[in-house]
Amino acid sequence: MSESDETQVSKSRMHGLWALTNRELKKWYQQPFVLAMGIIQPILWLALLGKAMNIGNIVTGIPGIDPTKIMMATFGTKDYFSFMSMSMVAFTVVFTTAFVGMSVVWDKRLGFMNKVLSTPVSRSAIILSKVLAASVRAIFQAAIVAAVAFALGLSTGSNFAWYSILGIFAIVFLISVGLASFFTALTLRATRMEMPQAIFQLVTLPLMFASSAYFPIAQMPSWLQAVANVNPISYTIDAVRRLMVFSDGFKQLPLDFAYVGIFAVIVTAICVVLSWRYLNK
Amino acid sequence: MSENEDVIKVEGLTKVYNHNLIAVDHIDFSVKRGEIFGFLGPNGAGKTTTIKMLITVIRPTEGTATILGGDIAKQSMDVRAAIGVVPQEYTADEDLTGIENILLCADLYGIPRSVSKKRAADLLNLVELTAFKDKRVQTFSGGMRRRLELACGLINRPKVLFLDEPTLGLDVQTRAATWNYVKMLKKEFGMTLFLTTHYLEEADALCDRIAIIDHGKIIVVGTPTELKDSLGGDIITLGIQKEEDITGLISKIEHVKEVKKENGSYMIKSSNGELTAPLIIEALRKSGHVVTKLSLTKPTLNEVYLQYTGKSMRDAEESRESVMQQRMAMRRSRA
Repeated sequence: MSESDETQVSKSRMHGLWALTNRELKKWYQQPFVLAMGIIQPILWLALLGKAMNIGNIVTGIPGIDPTKIMMATFGTKDYFSFMSMSMVAFTVVFTTAFVGMSVVWDKRLGFMNKVLSTPVSRSAIILSKVLAASVRAIFQAAIVAAVAFALGLSTGSNFAWYSILGIFAIVFLISVGLASFFTALTLRATRMEMPQAIFQLVTLPLMFASSAYFPIAQMPSWLQAVANVNPISYTIDAVRRLMVFSDGFKQLPLDFAYVGIFAVIVTAICVVLSWRYLNK
Repeated sequence: MSENEDVIKVEGLTKVYNHNLIAVDHIDFSVKRGEIFGFLGPNGAGKTTTIKMLITVIRPTEGTATILGGDIAKQSMDVRAAIGVVPQEYTADEDLTGIENILLCADLYGIPRSVSKKRAADLLNLVELTAFKDKRVQTFSGGMRRRLELACGLINRPKVLFLDEPTLGLDVQTRAATWNYVKMLKKEFGMTLFLTTHYLEEADALCDRIAIIDHGKIIVVGTPTELKDSLGGDIITLGIQKEEDITGLISKIEHVKEVKKENGSYMIKSSNGELTAPLIIEALRKSGHVVTKLSLTKPTLNEVYLQYTGKSMRDAEESRESVMQQRMAMRRSRA
């Protein structure tokens, strides 16, 4: 360790961002079991609820009624499975990003956070690494769930094209960043494991049911419609359905992308500002 | 910077948690270049809070500190780049290997890979972990983890290294090895080291200067020798055959500072016990007295601690339960 070779260190504001993100990802892909666990739940929903609740079958056999027409009129798809499987793509993102808080709390408890805070890494980089890593995980798992939906017999809409898949990746990325920032912001001050778990329990169910995940918003009571209409998950699910299973064109897509994109930008900005405030005590 | 300039300068540094728990109470001290400076005190005395303020992880409530001229609050990024930290906890990522952990630390300092790979190899060699570099940290023993933390703390070639309880929970052998690393860093690289400890032996063996801290206040600062000398030096206990007062005789002897008669024995304080003892025997023999017993005690830091805090370091350690409670309270409020 001679003093002669003075090294030019990076002065970039965001140095360390990739190193920290990579650390999170390594922990993830080195543990295939945990990886598998993250996908099992949405797939169960898909296979059990999506396949069992065959609403079209209920009206089959009634004279003068075409079940496919009823399904198209109410859900916009020929069968219920195609309708709800796409919401599971969005929900994989919720399940995956909700656990970002656990890793924030772990890092604090193990002293890793303090070590990182004593190095010249910007506070934003510490937090954005969590958000990015969670987003990569979420996109990967959402892709697997979409593939499983295909395998289980999803019927694609008439607008479906290869570039629809790119569109899905884009909207899933936006909602992942938004939700990961949201869950990170909620756990920035937490030091106990119960906190992220409680948040997970508290937030995921309302997010799920107050959205168009299981039923079209138009069928909801008006108070629930009001909630579902501001829920960014509804817009994500709408975009995914329009790209994959609906047949009424892409007109609505710009609104969906704009809404989810603005949500992601605002929440991430809030999260970064809070990290300046709360990471140094 | 000149040889004797203060590398760390602390003025009125204070940390109050939750508006009522005063962890560190207006402390002042300075650390010179190339010095090993130790913070000695029982658990919950404010050592870790002080070190966390100095390494810019928590913000002081009041007061200032500069490290290598940089203010810990205003120029925290410069301070962070210049210092190394070896925390109390094992912070290495268990799921990563030894080398991955060191390279991660290097990335956090913005050191390019072309440089950090070479440095990491050197450091692994230094802490004798080269053979284990590709093993996951999960499989490491406590001593190995400690050494890995040390390697991570040195990756940016810091001018000042902070060690928080470097030998906490280590076995005797690993502790001795850690002391050797610390001494080597000072000797070979002229590094300035700031460490906290609640082990008296550690402070005595390692530190050039010690600050004794209790209840968030610095009680006394000095070299281990100065602190021990401040007690008045060595203590000679003497017994003679005859019931005759020899206080006057003894107090004339060289280096004797104080003579007290207690229960038929004499307690003699001397600034140099080894020289005084033979002189006493000589003088008593000349005046016809017979010495029945004589013992010489060198003061330890425990006596120093007792003198300044009014309680023995070991007593302070004994009330574990209250210490644990205090620690939990602090940890919660730190978070």
